[in-house]
Amino acid sequence: MLKLKVNDIDVEVEEGLTVLQACEKAGFEIPRFCYHEKLSIAGNCRMCLVEMEKSPKPIASCAMPAAEGMNIKTNTSLVDKARKGVMEFLLANHPLDCPVCDQGGECDLQDQSMFYGVDKSRFKENKRAVPEKNMGPLIKTQMTRCIHCTRCVRFATEVAGVPELGAIGRGEDMQITTYLEQSMQSELSANVVDLCPVGALTSKPYVFEARPWELKKTETIDVMDAIGSNIRVDTYDWEVKRVLPIINEDINEEWISDKTRYACDGLLHQRLDTPYIKYNGKFEKASWQEVYKIIKSKLENTSKEKVCGFVGDLTNMETSYIFKEFFDRTVETDNYESRSDNRYVNISKRENYLFNSSINGIEDADLIILLGANPRYEATILNARIRKSYLNNSTRIVSLNDCGDLTYPYESLDGQTKTIKEIIDDTHKLSKEIESAKKPMIIIGESLLRLENAQYLFDNLKDFLNKKNKFSEDWNPLNVLSCDAATVGNFDLGVLNNKTNLIEDLKSNKFEIVFLIGQDNLNFVKKNEFVIYQGSHGDKGAECADIILPGSAYTEQDGFYTNLEGKIQKAFKASYPPGDAKEDWKIINELAEFMNNRKLFNDKEELDSSMLNYLKLQSEKQTEQNNNNSNSDFNNENLEIEIKDYYFSNVVAKSSKTMIECNNAKMNLKSTGTEG
Amino acid sequence: MSLRKPAKDQPESFEFNASSLEAANNIVEKYPKGKQQSAVMALLYIAQRQNNNWIPLAAMKYIAKFLDMPYIKVYEVATFYTMYNLSPVGKYFVQVCTTTPCMIRGANKLVEACKEKISENECELSSDKSCSWMEVECLGACVTAPMMQINDDYYEDLDKEKTSEILDKILNGETPKPGSYRGRINNEPENNRKTLTDLKNA
Repeated sequence: MLKLKVNDIDVEVEEGLTVLQACEKAGFEIPRFCYHEKLSIAGNCRMCLVEMEKSPKPIASCAMPAAEGMNIKTNTSLVDKARKGVMEFLLANHPLDCPVCDQGGECDLQDQSMFYGVDKSRFKENKRAVPEKNMGPLIKTQMTRCIHCTRCVRFATEVAGVPELGAIGRGEDMQITTYLEQSMQSELSANVVDLCPVGALTSKPYVFEARPWELKKTETIDVMDAIGSNIRVDTYDWEVKRVLPIINEDINEEWISDKTRYACDGLLHQRLDTPYIKYNGKFEKASWQEVYKIIKSKLENTSKEKVCGFVGDLTNMETSYIFKEFFDRTVETDNYESRSDNRYVNISKRENYLFNSSINGIEDADLIILLGANPRYEATILNARIRKSYLNNSTRIVSLNDCGDLTYPYESLDGQTKTIKEIIDDTHKLSKEIESAKKPMIIIGESLLRLENAQYLFDNLKDFLNKKNKFSEDWNPLNVLSCDAATVGNFDLGVLNNKTNLIEDLKSNKFEIVFLIGQDNLNFVKKNEFVIYQGSHGDKGAECADIILPGSAYTEQDGFYTNLEGKIQKAFKASYPPGDAKEDWKIINELAEFMNNRKLFNDKEELDSSMLNYLKLQSEKQTEQNNNNSNSDFNNENLEIEIKDYYFSNVVAKSSKTMIECNNAKMNLKSTGTEG
Repeated sequence: MSLRKPAKDQPESFEFNASSLEAANNIVEKYPKGKQQSAVMALLYIAQRQNNNWIPLAAMKYIAKFLDMPYIKVYEVATFYTMYNLSPVGKYFVQVCTTTPCMIRGANKLVEACKEKISENECELSSDKSCSWMEVECLGACVTAPMMQINDDYYEDLDKEKTSEILDKILNGETPKPGSYRGRINNEPENNRKTLTDLKNA
């Protein structure tokens, strides 16, 4: 620990920290533009100047390492004058277009010029003008406003792993550009909008939409992938205007993926806002009472074995839980399922479907093996962590498949499951590496769990790791990479049926009533089934439905989601459902009341506490039930990673115009072949 | 000085020839393994020499691959330094010093000669595309002012006629003799040495 003085206050800081961090610890805020906690230090804006005893000149506190016995002053007239001088230079070429700048109201330069700006300009020369750059459909550029802090350049190079941004020219002619004048090839690209301290890089879909002070801000959870990134949803009346990240060091740090950020305009399109009934192949508007009546009569006139229910990929846990209760108590059948494919899962123990090493654990790992997973597209934020681990510790990364560019180097194997068997049988060179690694991580993708031999591979892999003593108090090397926000929550709630294969039964048209809750991924050919679809968007599920119950999207209702690590987080209501649509749990509750004259739960609190109680009970009675057939014959299979189209992975993204543009930009790039 | 933009007409590909490749490998060897990126400036210069005094984008890509570094980083370096030419300057690249000492000794006459013989404007190729000229800052030969540099050679103690003669020669494809055009050896004073007279080869 180093002891130093900041404005006569004694502080102790760890070695390796900077003067700026020491000042913050002492409680003095230092103005800055280029410095950012998560990026490397550049020291080029000079805004963080402070006075140091025995130094003839003010020092840049962000780049100066703290040392024993330093005496720092942050509030002297010298510091003030130095910062004023820096600010005057920054403003010399900065346009006075705050009234038409989207950054206005949340602009670092604007805020800091309130303290350090001079009211008059002594700069009589012409201001510099810089041509706009094309950075794709997400980032709007106005490079004249750029103050060359290079945060965006450092982010692209370090975090996103796509060194495509750079500063060209020098002095007054310096420009930030991508060399090809095209969108950045990263799923994290739009984070540069948040990083930009001025209005040089702003959000293109959000251009001129609203001022920050007009928006209602709600802190909630993202559902575009299973990571559960912490986000802030900004709404103006009903409309979700934008989504921003909030810091959660354990999950998304400070970043969110482009899909999380920009799929939100999908919440405005293709919405189901009133109940519909299909008559002669045409949808007609109906009232809630009408649709409940029809559902009631249908359910009463059908034997309960012929009723099945499927829960979708974005459904919150309350809805899944009440749906399960509805089937258990009202319909009296357990024909419900949350998976949309024949994926293997053994829910008898939670660790069988969680990302056990945790996202933070990635940084401690010394060997990462990807089996049937492409984290770049399946869990973008997690991929950024793997890259961070690679940068900090040069972690060795092996993938069974060749996944293309993952933003870090990795060794790819042949993509055959017999290679996994060799690892399990201790005949592959990786077996030795796993044995000698202190904290190995095996990341199993959903593609592997969809294989016919998934059970064999999963169980034996677990046994293999057990044999090698890789499970310890603080480390669990087995990780399942779930893709959808609802997956883990549904497994926790036991919304699945391992007795019969409901999906095969559905495909062979064994059911008479199919109840879909936000489930659009079942590719079944409808024959005589009566399909009830409850959801927020008119997509595949609604198309084949006979009755549509309009539900709410993730920003329109309170709800719990469990992320892939098993962390339960609550998403809060930022907006309200459109038209006659209701919150999902309420619809089921009302339907149950309509059928039995008795509500399943009196209110949301009762539902929440009942559900949390259920989860608690489940976690207490965890016992491993080993299925006996894990020693069944093994056949080699070619493991292909099936990833849903990144920009269209769920109904919200599918309805988003921005996502379509992103996809088009990517397609154009591919067809011109200029990417390399 | 404005941002120097890469030329519009760019060759499709670029590769080091044998001698450049050898020179490049010699440079790269000087740096520790994994730090080969440090050689980027030297390699850009080698590429510039090989390619008639200018660096095409293809060469930057080639060097980026050669040194295993992102292309944008090479591009940044190439646009930062003014001595890298990003558009064709001809086989003979004439740089006329117009900083104060040369200016006082009549550098503007040299510029006039360039305008008459090569092209009306700075950084513009002559009609046969073999030559271009530009004004530059001090080349460090103030003692023999006014002077100009053609490719790697200095031509010193010039006036308008002598400059015109030199330019005529290079436009005909000849290589004129470099050095002083008033018969001085290196930087010695005009009318014989005044000091160190007892030394033969001072």
